[in-house]
Amino acid sequence: MDLLQNVFAMLYQFGDTFAFLVISCAGLAVIFGMMGVINLAHGEFIMCGAYVTASAARAGLPLPVAILTGALVAGAVGMLVERVVIRHLYHRPLDSIIATWGISLIATQGVLIVLGSTMQGVGTPLGSIEVGGRSYSLYRLVLMVCALGLLGGLYLLFYHSRFGVIARATIQKPHMAHALGVNTRRMYGLTFGLGAALAGLAGGLYAPTMTMVPTMGATFIVESFVTVVVGGADIFVGAAPAAAILALIKAGLTAWYGQLFGQIGLLVTVILVIRILPGGLSGWLKGTTR
Amino acid sequence: MISSETTPRSLLARLEGPQTMGRGPVFWTAAAIAIAVAAAYPLMADAWTVGNAAYFLIWTFMAMGLGVVWGYAGALSFGQTAFFGLAGYAYGVITLNLGAAYGLTLVALILAVAIGGLFALVIGYFMFYGRIQGVFVGIVTLSVTLVLETFMAQTAGPQWRIGEARLNGFNGMSGMPPLTLPWFGDDIALYPGPSLYYLLLGLVVICYLGLRIMLNSSFGNVLVAIRENPHRVGMLGYDVRLYQTLAFAIGGAFAALSGALYTAWGQYITPSSMGLTSAALPIIWVAVGGRRDITATLIGTIVVLAGFQSLTIYGSQYALVVMGALLLVTVLAAPQGLVVGAMTFLGRIFRKDKS
Repeated sequence: MDLLQNVFAMLYQFGDTFAFLVISCAGLAVIFGMMGVINLAHGEFIMCGAYVTASAARAGLPLPVAILTGALVAGAVGMLVERVVIRHLYHRPLDSIIATWGISLIATQGVLIVLGSTMQGVGTPLGSIEVGGRSYSLYRLVLMVCALGLLGGLYLLFYHSRFGVIARATIQKPHMAHALGVNTRRMYGLTFGLGAALAGLAGGLYAPTMTMVPTMGATFIVESFVTVVVGGADIFVGAAPAAAILALIKAGLTAWYGQLFGQIGLLVTVILVIRILPGGLSGWLKGTTR
Repeated sequence: MISSETTPRSLLARLEGPQTMGRGPVFWTAAAIAIAVAAAYPLMADAWTVGNAAYFLIWTFMAMGLGVVWGYAGALSFGQTAFFGLAGYAYGVITLNLGAAYGLTLVALILAVAIGGLFALVIGYFMFYGRIQGVFVGIVTLSVTLVLETFMAQTAGPQWRIGEARLNGFNGMSGMPPLTLPWFGDDIALYPGPSLYYLLLGLVVICYLGLRIMLNSSFGNVLVAIRENPHRVGMLGYDVRLYQTLAFAIGGAFAALSGALYTAWGQYITPSSMGLTSAALPIIWVAVGGRRDITATLIGTIVVLAGFQSLTIYGSQYALVVMGALLLVTVLAAPQGLVVGAMTFLGRIFRKDKS
């Protein structure tokens, strides 16, 4: 029984980290994988989603609807940002990072000025369950399911829908897609909006578990960047397995040595991975199957 | 034809060259006037303002280092603050353990710069020998600085100490001695004020001229060639990875110099000096000034810093919003940088006069 308890604790820890990595990096991975743009304002889209979710939930909307509202608002903001700024920078990827960093500074500080240094959040719903004397948050188990659902949903979207076909065509051969009548500009806009909406969804999903501060995006940003770097450009064969491996490393190190070593372990893994597999996991996996 | 021998004469000739803007008597007269004005400045201002000006000069090293890494070698590093913070902490730990007598603070300064540069060398080795390019360099360096920040922020408590020095977690270290020059009988402690200002001004001039020589040497030319087309440089027989790693280490050492001097200036260092906002600031100075020219980087950094501080006085909350907006406008409207634009404009005027 003792063994079972420990196994469950480990699995829970692993699943929790895995869910966090997948959910927080999905938006970043979509925008990077599809457009080659690293969105440093990723954390701010997360913050946007979280704030909208918390406001909507306190205004009386049920939590799932509030989370969807948060994702939609973040997506709309993302499309606006793409239209005004990112669109002009597709041929200068380094400058697009800098520009998104500028947006991130403006957003963090702007929210601080307008809404103050904290905001009332929503409590974690669903309570907890007890397994062998220890209690586990039920909401976090729901998040794990959400992470798997998110991966499944994105897979269906990109590989079994008309949008997905056009989107993949646009990434692979933009000129050819354009020549075949695809409105590539609109596709880029929609993709960026999708990435922002996924970030907003991450914010909404984690809003009940976090303190609402303007800098909350920063808590997501290292983990999501690390996952994307280890994973490489493809979200399915890259980011998802990367999240699993990193979650294993982080959960293991955290369980045995504490939070700090979990984070340092992540950093060391990244540095080793880029030394051995410069294309990330997806580059390596695709290279071996070819 | 570039001569391969390095005599003092050939070194001086490299103060001007294809990789740096500004040449001829007009430019050097302007530079001499600028230095003279900077040197005369403490005579006109009170000690506090001079100490404040010294604060601006401290940051220029990090900016010039980033200029080399990003503007010349084409590797965008978001994590210069990692080397800044590491060297700042190193200076603190070393001086708190050794004390300030016998010029040991200068030894600590040099050691701190060496530690920062060495750390940059290691990170650079893993990145560039792993053939990391483009945006990934930015992400890895940013992750490094953010993880260092998290690490230092949790070092509260008595178990986190190195010798006499306690790291103090989120509140950071304080109470380090300032830079102290050994002098007959009585050491001179360089608190923020005219004497520290002159030391820093001298350092800035030396580093600036040294970088001009380096950038116009074959090393600098190879860096620019790598920025423009790494594959072609590789085909020509240069080891691209080695050059990039060295450039990164140099940039890191400059950031480390800023960090150690910053700790000596304010006698404190906190983990937030490695945080996301701090990491963004060097990018803003260099981007706004103009990254592809060391002179523009230097001028831009001082102008933006001064602007930032006056904004902070009138409304600290809005300063960062304005900085973010400035960065956006620069990237969208003047990607070469505002100072580079102005200098090209001035250069055109003077050339018209001659013809």
